[in-house]
Amino acid sequence: MQYKAFMIKYAEIGTKGKNRYIFEDILCRNINRKLKNYGEFYVRKEQGRIFVECKSEYDYEDVVNALGKVFGIVGICPVVVEENTDFDNLRDKVIEYVDKAYDRKNFTFKVFTRRNDKSYPMTSMEVSAELGHFLLEAYPDIQVDVHSPQEIINVEIRKVAYIYSITIPGPGGLPVGTNGKGMALLSGGIDSPVAAYMIAKRGVVVEAVYFHAPPFTSERAKQKVIDLACLVADYAGAIKLHVVNFSDVQMAIYDNCPHEELTIIMKRYMIKIAEELANQNDCQCTITGESIGQVSSQTVFSLNVINEVSTMPVFRPCIGLDKQEIVDISEKIGTYETSILPYEDCCTTFVAKHPVTKPILSAIEKSESKLEGIIEPLYQKAVETAEVVMCRAKQ
Amino acid sequence: MEAYFDNSATTPVYPEVRDLVVKLMEEDYGNPSSLHLKGVKAAGYIKDARERLARLMKVQPKEIVFTSGGTESNNMALIGGALANRRAGNKIITTSVEHASVGSTVDFLKDMGFEVVRIGVDSRGLIDEQQLIDAVDDDTIIVSVMYVNNEIGAVMPIQDLVKRVKEKNPSVLIHVDAIQAFGKYTIYPGRMGIDMMSISSHKFHGPKGVGALYIRDRVKVKPIIYGGGQQSGMRSGTENVPGIAGMVLAAEMTYNDLDAKVEHMRQLKEHLIGELTQIEDVYSNSGDAPHIASITFKGVRSEVMLHALEERGVYVSSGSACSSNKHSVSSTLKSIGLPQEKLESTLRFSFSPENTMDQVDYAVDCCKELLPVLRRYRRKK
Repeated sequence: MQYKAFMIKYAEIGTKGKNRYIFEDILCRNINRKLKNYGEFYVRKEQGRIFVECKSEYDYEDVVNALGKVFGIVGICPVVVEENTDFDNLRDKVIEYVDKAYDRKNFTFKVFTRRNDKSYPMTSMEVSAELGHFLLEAYPDIQVDVHSPQEIINVEIRKVAYIYSITIPGPGGLPVGTNGKGMALLSGGIDSPVAAYMIAKRGVVVEAVYFHAPPFTSERAKQKVIDLACLVADYAGAIKLHVVNFSDVQMAIYDNCPHEELTIIMKRYMIKIAEELANQNDCQCTITGESIGQVSSQTVFSLNVINEVSTMPVFRPCIGLDKQEIVDISEKIGTYETSILPYEDCCTTFVAKHPVTKPILSAIEKSESKLEGIIEPLYQKAVETAEVVMCRAKQ
Repeated sequence: MEAYFDNSATTPVYPEVRDLVVKLMEEDYGNPSSLHLKGVKAAGYIKDARERLARLMKVQPKEIVFTSGGTESNNMALIGGALANRRAGNKIITTSVEHASVGSTVDFLKDMGFEVVRIGVDSRGLIDEQQLIDAVDDDTIIVSVMYVNNEIGAVMPIQDLVKRVKEKNPSVLIHVDAIQAFGKYTIYPGRMGIDMMSISSHKFHGPKGVGALYIRDRVKVKPIIYGGGQQSGMRSGTENVPGIAGMVLAAEMTYNDLDAKVEHMRQLKEHLIGELTQIEDVYSNSGDAPHIASITFKGVRSEVMLHALEERGVYVSSGSACSSNKHSVSSTLKSIGLPQEKLESTLRFSFSPENTMDQVDYAVDCCKELLPVLRRYRRKK
């Protein structure tokens, strides 16, 4: 017996009023895209639910795993679809279903029947009662509890019959594509992929920018960021990654500004470039992995000075998380192992040994004024020569 | 222009070798253990390869075991040699500048209860011979010394060492890691009194994933891989027929006109060192091997210099490729006493006979152009 369908449960979408159909349509599209390579599926909306019908052979574990990465889904119910709705047949199938779905048959349950086909010879109550009776006979260790059962065995009789009971939790969130677009600054560390994931989870399409600084950073570091983007794309959908050659800007800052302010000034330029790319690509926000106090450039003072250059919202979903909490998420979504590869930090040329932790805006602006007339063309060139890499989930 | 100067990491496969490998994959793909014709044919290639490699090394065919490469050869020699001779003694002597496939293996043997002594080197990377001889005692079972150091090209006085070790304790087994030396020097391990010698195919234009260990007749080595009993039980597992045949062809091609090739590489190396060391604060740490130049560019981190050269098509390595993997500074450079700032600023240029003087000039020009720029950008105190 193979499950012939999955019933997809979603939560927050249900509260979106007149826009609801838009959310549902996007969720259906995302499910379709996700399952494209796992077999033939037919995804349809039906009375406040989404049904994924399996039209070909498929690998159950792979498909459940894939659906578990589609934001907007809160639960995945594998469904047995039975074309013969005769009671005797339903009885056999429900007994077989319980045998397959539960390893240990010692729970309390009730059978809940819905009947769309009003010509069916029995009422819903009768079907439930009879099925419950036969289940008790088949599995002596289970008990009926109509008030608070541990398991509800659902039977829906329409043109065909659906049998389901277990719900595998989905990732939650909102369908990607229902909430605008953001430009994530990816560094290759642990935090930024987590930040991109968290914002994508709220339905935002994510693009990304990586600041490449050859020869101070290596091809491997760039490849690592591409790999990370591909991992996040498993949840967020394909990510358009903009690889910006930042070396000239970085060197100009190094040549003209105080060493201990390098990181702050660099980060201000990174935000500016990210915003420029965000504007060009119809994004409404930028996304960073900053967390208060994690490093010198992430003190509230530094964040304030860096934030000052931005004109669109900078989303920092990790801002209040401890490092370990961020690590936990990165392990859960599978980016941790890649993030900790060593290539990124092989060059510390542009990091001062004792950077400022309480930068003052006026002082930073004064330092930056020394870049006037030098940095503009370098900055423009960095934006214009950004290389685009499409990062898709690996299968 | 492209200049591949990382031949000590790996070399391109000779086209003739590639063709042979493909032929053995597509046509003569039998399992040497199969009884039918395809198997017999494959077994013939192995036998032929063994005889031809033996001829190059002037040893007996039965003294050669084919392996999956240099690392396995070194593991087999040390682990297999130690296990087979543990009743004779418990001490293993090696040097502080061995490749990790020796260094980590003796660490493992130390954990297993063997005594391990590492002999240090001088500023040229040469071991203190007397210290090594003094360490040899009745309890010593293996002395393992590399022929050519992979990071700086120091050439160890193997012949002399073998003589002196054997004088002091004739039953000590001498293992030589000749992975960087084979194909640059004509080495006859049997005649030199070496008991075990490791080689690796891809260092001399053969395919990766294949190597060999010479084990002198009657020397006891326990197998470290068990199974179907191939290669007289010394190394179970279906033989890598294309790899083995390819390696031996590559070895023969390498030995063909070897003196001229070595002379050519030496000229390239000396020209490079001569030109580069004229630049201020550029030093050579290179040993005597014809194909390895170790250059310190003071004031530039080696990875930065490496990537800057890479952008211009010049491929080199920082330390040895394997120590780069571990992301730790090279053990050889540390052992020869380079201070930290030089350790972090040293590149290895390694040549093959196919490199040209034009490529060397181009690389020198690139270095001259890059150094003043890159030296400006360093982490300030």
